[in-house]
Amino acid sequence: MDLVNIAVRSIFIENILLAYFLGMCSFLALSKKIPTSFGLGIAVIFVLTITAPANWLINEYFLKKGALAWIDPSLAAIDLSFLAFITFIAVIAAIVQVVEMAVEKLSTALYNALGIYLPLITVNCAILGVSLFMVERKYTLSEATVFGFGSGAGWFLAIISLAAIRHKLRYSNIPEGMRGLGITMLVTGLMAMAFMIFSGITLGK
Amino acid sequence: MEFSKKWILSPISENNPITIQVLGICSSLAVTAQLKPSLVMGAAVIFVVALSNVAVSLIRNYIPGRVRIIIEMTVAATLVIVVDQFLKAYSYQMSKQLSVFVGLIITNCIVLGRLEAFAMANRPVPSFLDGIGNGVGYAIILAIVGFFRELLGAGSLLGHRILPQWLYNSGYSDNGLMVLAPGAFIILSMIIWIQRTITGYRET
Repeated sequence: MDLVNIAVRSIFIENILLAYFLGMCSFLALSKKIPTSFGLGIAVIFVLTITAPANWLINEYFLKKGALAWIDPSLAAIDLSFLAFITFIAVIAAIVQVVEMAVEKLSTALYNALGIYLPLITVNCAILGVSLFMVERKYTLSEATVFGFGSGAGWFLAIISLAAIRHKLRYSNIPEGMRGLGITMLVTGLMAMAFMIFSGITLGK
Repeated sequence: MEFSKKWILSPISENNPITIQVLGICSSLAVTAQLKPSLVMGAAVIFVVALSNVAVSLIRNYIPGRVRIIIEMTVAATLVIVVDQFLKAYSYQMSKQLSVFVGLIITNCIVLGRLEAFAMANRPVPSFLDGIGNGVGYAIILAIVGFFRELLGAGSLLGHRILPQWLYNSGYSDNGLMVLAPGAFIILSMIIWIQRTITGYRET
């Protein structure tokens, strides 16, 4: 029940993009066409579901205060948590690289669909943001995995909806200074408002 | 020194990183619900962009092309750690309030964008000025968004009540929406509209 709760929260109630503004750059730049946003969305879900548990393990067994005690009890006093940023971003970059190579090897069709988006994901704030949130909220391993997946799914939902709206907007008569980025931000604001109707929902305990 | 003035001034107005280049909106809008964290965030970004620009520009001739992104990120991450530790030591409350968003400066597209577009091809002094210019251009937008969100959402600025009591007595009430996420999107879109109308910039 707890896991379902986290999933629903991260997809709808606290959508990583619409409530925390994470991953805005690629969200704005790559939401012009639906197929592009679909590919990018899937790639984000994929990478988030892998990086969240990976970073959780690294944090739990290497970085956290006292985490090194499993190597030797005398190391228990070491607190490496200040290294979290640099480690997480390196892990994310490495995992994205490995995933890209694995996908290229295993499935040409999938690689053709995702290939060009995977390198972009390293610099997507949502990926690092999820890892940092997961540490701050003290999730367990399974919770972190679900949170990673849920955040990815929420991001996917948001970018697909925006791409669909922008598709419709293409033939509208928008004031000149508002064209492009301006109207996209405004639409995102309206979407964020729409997503706020979920904010009253609580599931279980 | 006409030339160097351009490096600083251009990103503040007609080539603003947020409203024109569409970079770096990601990580920082969440902290603009009040003016004070917006200002701190702006200062942190100026620091990171300017110094990482200098650092990368100094080593630009030794960076192999294939691994440059990861090197740039390492430089940015190191500077962000410095900022984070500084905030934790001297302003713990602020560091709690900004929470994960300090760390997210690493993936702020402005940092990487400037490193890629400017520092990799220019000498350290122009890179430093370019970093300052872009950081300030960014911080100004954050400050404007923070100003309006706090004023309209809570009737105060930097924690001090600005709107007089008689206004509330006569039926005015704070707009709670401004404190929430949609407020940031809407105010930013208005800033973009105004700024693009003034500078005449059009997206192609």
